[in-house]
Amino acid sequence: MSATQKPSLRGGGLMRLKGLVRKEFLQIVRDPSSIAIAFVMPIFLLVLFGYGVSLDADHVPVALVAEAPSPDTADFFASLESSHYFAPLHARTLAAAEQALREGRVNAIVHLRANFAEQLRRSDGAPIQVIVNGVDANTARLTQGYIEGAWGNWLARRTASQGQELATPVQLEQRVWFNSELRSRNYLVPGLVAIIMTLIGTLLTALVMAREWERGTLEALLVTPASMTEILLGKIIAYFVLGTGGMLLTVGLAVGLFEVPLRGAFWLLWACASLFLLAALGMGLAISAVARNQFVAGQVAIIGTFLPAFLLSGFIFDIDSMPTVVQGITHVIVARYFVSIVQTLFLAGDVWSVVLPNAFALLLMAAIFLGITWRKSRKRLE
Amino acid sequence: MLIRLLALIHKEFLALLKDPRSRMVLIVPPMIQLLVFGYAATFDLKDISYALYNEDRGAASRELVAAFDGAPAFHRVATLHAEGEVAPLVDKRAVLVVLRIGPRFSADLQSRGSASVQVIVDGRNSNTALIALNYVRAIVDGFNREWIAAHGLPAPPARLETRAWFNPNLESRWFFIPGIIGMLTLVTTMLVTALTVAREREQGTFDQLLVTPLRPGEILLGKALPGFIVGMVQGTAILLIATLWFKVPLLGSLPALYAGLALFLLSGVGAGLLISSLAVTQQQGLLGAFLFMVPAVILSGFATPIANMPTVVQTITLIDPLRYFLVILRKVFLEGAGFDVLMGQFWPMAVIGGVSLILASWLFRHRLY
Repeated sequence: MSATQKPSLRGGGLMRLKGLVRKEFLQIVRDPSSIAIAFVMPIFLLVLFGYGVSLDADHVPVALVAEAPSPDTADFFASLESSHYFAPLHARTLAAAEQALREGRVNAIVHLRANFAEQLRRSDGAPIQVIVNGVDANTARLTQGYIEGAWGNWLARRTASQGQELATPVQLEQRVWFNSELRSRNYLVPGLVAIIMTLIGTLLTALVMAREWERGTLEALLVTPASMTEILLGKIIAYFVLGTGGMLLTVGLAVGLFEVPLRGAFWLLWACASLFLLAALGMGLAISAVARNQFVAGQVAIIGTFLPAFLLSGFIFDIDSMPTVVQGITHVIVARYFVSIVQTLFLAGDVWSVVLPNAFALLLMAAIFLGITWRKSRKRLE
Repeated sequence: MLIRLLALIHKEFLALLKDPRSRMVLIVPPMIQLLVFGYAATFDLKDISYALYNEDRGAASRELVAAFDGAPAFHRVATLHAEGEVAPLVDKRAVLVVLRIGPRFSADLQSRGSASVQVIVDGRNSNTALIALNYVRAIVDGFNREWIAAHGLPAPPARLETRAWFNPNLESRWFFIPGIIGMLTLVTTMLVTALTVAREREQGTFDQLLVTPLRPGEILLGKALPGFIVGMVQGTAILLIATLWFKVPLLGSLPALYAGLALFLLSGVGAGLLISSLAVTQQQGLLGAFLFMVPAVILSGFATPIANMPTVVQTITLIDPLRYFLVILRKVFLEGAGFDVLMGQFWPMAVIGGVSLILASWLFRHRLY
């Protein structure tokens, strides 16, 4: 298209764009998998994970062993039995309990020796042996914490009943902001919104450009007056509309079904999600334009989207605890910025000092990905 | 027949490896991903940024602060002098923890024998918050023990002596790296299998394959073996990285681990081919791959234990092959397990693999467009 023609075609440009968007929508409707990606996948994944994923352990199976049962041992065990954190299992001998731990039937053993009652009355106190299965270190720590809690309650009760006071010089008063009951769903569900949106955005577009190259339909489009920019714009608009539908659905489910509080402004969430969607769609288009072959594009999408977004976005693993090099790598993960934004907007509210830098990063990523797509597509033309 | 089959396998490998980009995608990323994810996946906090707001001038508060500053996991980034400084710092995630010591801390501790300190934690990531709170509690407990000993206060009548089996230092990396091996193997089988049949359908070459003398079972074998072989080679490579680079102890039986890997590859390849034979276009194959892979990872017990899931979801996890493979990996690596303990994990994967492969080969013939 030469420069002299441009002004006269401006009105036609809009019409061409409308035509291109219409073409994309027709293609979307004819292969129902795009609609499934935008609407079925988010519902399916969010419901499954919203209910399925939890880091809050209760009814932890624990073996209780008293070598010489006595009122004292029963009194101590009662503090574990009355807690909903434990599913206690009484074992006769330590060997039986160890066997249960090895077979995975219990996560921990609480063992009181034969002289427990006697040692309790000595000045240096009685040891209580606790063995936890350390394979799942996080659950092991939680279990350990629960046992310490039960032990602390028992100590307080016992000393109080004897008219003494338990020496605890410094007492902790803990305040957990933004999620006072420490419900893991409140932080996992917003994170899942980000992960699911990454998948929607990328999957919608990952094969789109490659498919047109492979089938030769892109060349067919290029002999029409439509420019490459218009063709790309047509695709972005169509999939953006589809992705926005998916996004509204996931946010609606998070708030409506999982009762995650949305403390920030909805319009801000919408704006950030749109930026994120643009970046995710851009990533899909870039994969597609670089690979130019559906098979390879599909492979790159499988490798490059889900696991990095899942592990490196701060969704479950704390980015600050990663080595510096890996922290650097997380900066190229689009989901990272959006996870930070959604966790803040859902639980803390409109904190501009978090939202603005991350939103800017999303804008930059979107520009980079779309730029790559545009360059790669144009190059092929020349 | 064997020659026919060999020719087919040869063709599948060519289709998989002739494109240099495809070759790259298959070999390099899993290694890099294991290295990166191996470092990323840990629940151990190494750098808890905290702010101190100390209104007390006494010696006791200085001792407590020294305990925090001396802890390797804590890193003081701010010292506050007014209440109003707390909220902005926490809001913008500059600190995870704020330690607040009131003006009467030392005086209370001396006169009444007890005083309280306030800890504010950012709960946006509730798991990180819980872990940070545990760290704080451990420091305060240590402080208390020393204070009790130094001031001749009565010790509690009983104390806990905790030991952790299989992972004495509770390193969460030892838990996650075997899990990552399982996830990457799953990704590889999906890469090789999920799009193959769909691609041939789209290009029309699958119909040609069906009119050759090859029986559907042979076509299936030809499609399954490359995934199996690539998975084995790559599984071996990442096992080496896990043991030699990350030094995760491999205590159990290696044959049991490989038997587990083989059965897991069987079930993964089966699922991938089933998806592929259901899909008419590669777009559908890709969607299917994700609809299988994402739940398979999240419901496998990789990061969140299956025991914490509701009963219905726990039942769903029974058809997730990764669930069984993760148990095998962790038990063989850390608990030193052999065949005897793992039988309960082997047969479900064999069933999942067998059923999905049979379904896939049936679909080869019966789903023609």
